[in-house]
Amino acid sequence: MSVEQQPHGTPNAPAIGPETGHAHGELAHAGPDHGHHELPFWKKYIFSVDHKVIGIQYAVTALLFLFFGFTLMMMMRWQLAYPGRPMPFFGRFFSDNVMPGGVMAPEFYNQLGAMHGTIMVFLGVVPLAVGGFGNFVMPLQIGAPDMAFPRLNLLSYWVFVPGGIIMLASFAMPGGAAQSGWTSYPPLSVIASSGQTAWLFGMIFLITSSLLGSINFIVTIVQMRAKGMTFFRLPFFVHAQLVTSFLLLLAFPPLEAAGILQLMDRLAGTSFFLPTGLVVSGEALKVAGGGSPLLWQHLFWFLAHPEVYVLILPAIGIVAEVIANNTRKPLWGYRLLVYSIIFLGFMSFVVWAHHMFMTGMGTTMSTFFQTTTMIISVPSVIVVTCFLMSLYGGNIRFTVPMLFATAFLPMFAIGGLTGLPLGLTASDIYLHDTFYVIGHFHYVVAPGTLFALFAGIYYWYPKATGRMMNSTLGKIHFWWSFVSINFVFMPMFFQGMAGLSRRLYDPTVYAHGRGVQPLNVVISWAAWSLGLAQIPFIINFFMSLKNGARIAENPWNATTLEWMAPSPPGHGNFLTEPIVYREPYEYSVPGAKQDFSPQFVAEA
Amino acid sequence: MDAAAPFDPVEFKKHLRQYYAVFVALACLTAITVGVSYLRLNRPLAIGVALVIASIKASLVAAVFMHLISEKKVIFALLALTVFFFLLVLLLPAMTTLEGGRIL
Amino acid sequence: MSETVIPYMVKPNPVTGIPNGKFAIWLFLASEVMLFGALFSSYVLLRTGAPHWPPEGGLSSEILNVPLATINTMVLITSSITMVLSWASCKLGDLRKFRMWMASTIALSFVFLVIKYFEYHHKFELGHYPSHDNFYAIYFTLTGLHGIHIIGGIIVNTFLLTIGTRMWKTDPEHFTNRVENAGLYWHFVDLVWIFLFPALYLL
Repeated sequence: MSVEQQPHGTPNAPAIGPETGHAHGELAHAGPDHGHHELPFWKKYIFSVDHKVIGIQYAVTALLFLFFGFTLMMMMRWQLAYPGRPMPFFGRFFSDNVMPGGVMAPEFYNQLGAMHGTIMVFLGVVPLAVGGFGNFVMPLQIGAPDMAFPRLNLLSYWVFVPGGIIMLASFAMPGGAAQSGWTSYPPLSVIASSGQTAWLFGMIFLITSSLLGSINFIVTIVQMRAKGMTFFRLPFFVHAQLVTSFLLLLAFPPLEAAGILQLMDRLAGTSFFLPTGLVVSGEALKVAGGGSPLLWQHLFWFLAHPEVYVLILPAIGIVAEVIANNTRKPLWGYRLLVYSIIFLGFMSFVVWAHHMFMTGMGTTMSTFFQTTTMIISVPSVIVVTCFLMSLYGGNIRFTVPMLFATAFLPMFAIGGLTGLPLGLTASDIYLHDTFYVIGHFHYVVAPGTLFALFAGIYYWYPKATGRMMNSTLGKIHFWWSFVSINFVFMPMFFQGMAGLSRRLYDPTVYAHGRGVQPLNVVISWAAWSLGLAQIPFIINFFMSLKNGARIAENPWNATTLEWMAPSPPGHGNFLTEPIVYREPYEYSVPGAKQDFSPQFVAEA
Repeated sequence: MDAAAPFDPVEFKKHLRQYYAVFVALACLTAITVGVSYLRLNRPLAIGVALVIASIKASLVAAVFMHLISEKKVIFALLALTVFFFLLVLLLPAMTTLEGGRIL
Repeated sequence: MSETVIPYMVKPNPVTGIPNGKFAIWLFLASEVMLFGALFSSYVLLRTGAPHWPPEGGLSSEILNVPLATINTMVLITSSITMVLSWASCKLGDLRKFRMWMASTIALSFVFLVIKYFEYHHKFELGHYPSHDNFYAIYFTLTGLHGIHIIGGIIVNTFLLTIGTRMWKTDPEHFTNRVENAGLYWHFVDLVWIFLFPALYLL
């Protein structure tokens, strides 16, 4: 492809082998390829440099981590619903260290909480949204044969994997895994057991992986677009990935710095985060002192607030693709959406201290961060409004991806709007660190981002495998999850407004907690129901590999470039060089032969 | 320096003289900044002078050795963005903890 | 390993005017700016929050060895110019001179590390470990991280001087680009030191 720009190599050399015929199929086993160079199994599926294989590797690994992280939470929900009662059946599989007599130990509860957050954010959602969808879809959508640096891409996946393994293995360390929350606030995290050291090493791997990935993404998007693919012809998903990559590139290094400093504190005995005169268990800690626990919070939230947008932006990108495709009309306010997310990405660096209103920050700086926080809600509202306007007057097809994408809108709106009281100092003082916060950000990332990611899986699965997913199972999965997840997170707002702290091992120790304890039982049963609701998805995911209906290039009648390539696309992606003729969402163009005019078709 | 422009070895060799000149300038500035530190100026002035000299040296390295002086727009855009966020991370945390307190 | 040809690996993209590798190295440097930015920020925050700095009183120039650090600054500056000359030699098609300048760059990097070793060794002999106080903590962390970057540069440059030179025969332009990118990284490491030196030793 783009032969005339190739620096060397014969023109018209087949960049794509004949293996791209659709006999080449399933993910897991090599079919009888008649390609002229057969790669050994481990090069084709394990250490592949093909962005599509790496994307699928990321996605599958991330889905496993998501399920594991969710399992940790389902265990915590037992303790929250029935504090101090032995866990039936599952309790017996754990050692007496962590579950004496089947009752969850407080230390173990803390480990589960810290690792739930870490795994969901850094090993689940980001790898799925950026590593998975970004890797698989983005090069296809811009018409590139692969990522700019395929081997760097391979490396970033294989740096991500040891990071995940270290995190998992830390459960087996003496004292267990990290237990200082996903935020790892010092001084507690510095004096915590060795699981925290593993957490820090794991994070350094994950950060390195993200940095390598983000460099690759930016170079690919800027340098390798197909002919005619101008900036404002890029699908919105690509814009979202570009902004996300910049956030990862520039926000992660400060956390890496913070991680290095905390490692120094833990391993070399420095006191970057340990104040003078710290007393632990009645004894003065023998360190030099003079450090600042707030320094960690600044460096952590300098990453972790943009990180929120790293989670949500790819999700918004997926929703845009699915909505445009299923309403059969152009995305409303495409340019406005692009400008909004660029502004969103920019502002996300200037709001971090709204997580720190309770740290005794002065009023001037509080007001500054409160103002920026209110400003950043504007582009978010523009995004949701554009999507709503896109629905208006559309001829909506309620396919499974569209169900998830439509559900994203109210869920994200609830999550976003409940964030406003947390961004204002006065109301934050009351709501800070309560279950209200948990409800707020989970509405953004669970029924928001995760639903969008499910939409993406149902939407692009046919492209990745050449087969459709079962729509009945998909609808069961959607409705069951949708109802359950709202029963999980909606009651948390009420618990939070009753003052229930988010980190209590036993919520009934306080009288105000006992009042809302029945809600904990509701939440827990809803959470377990949500766990069961994933079974139809898991069945669907694997069954469809073999039994799903075979499809051609463009099963959804979509307009963007990835639907030009064969399903699944072979090495090198496109059979002929893609040339882009128009903007990405030209649906129902008056006078056109059909209700979609793909970017890659000259006359439509 | 521009990979896309036609390459002219004679013209290019002029750059070499530039590199040596920058090297001499860097060496002199290093000597100056060390020398000034022995003057025991008061704190804000000492910090100011040291930072100005370091910035000049850094600019020379970036402009000439890293060819920023003839670099493409996309690199400048990237660097402008980075400098903005760099200033944020450098200044805001300290401002937040110091507010109402002493500075230096 | 594959026939997929990635465009603009050597020739610049007509829109941006740069090849992929150069853009990537600048993106990497941008993230490095943020990494060191956060560390300098930590230094500023800790220092401004401390009642005395360095905690034991006196000036950092009295605690640390300024002459050695000045020599090291000169060593790094020299290695920067040898680096840029090695790239210029590639540009002019003179592989022999490239080898000479690149070898000098690597040699100077080792000189830097050896001097650093003596500085560290002396501090340890006095019992001044990173845990001694926050001044030493900052000093060792920042210079240590910078030292790791130097080692990274040595690895890359040694690759270019030895195995990497093979590319000169097949694709000299690509090789020259690689030397340029390694140079960009190396100058950045020099640039970090330009700020570290006054911030730690002189102020």
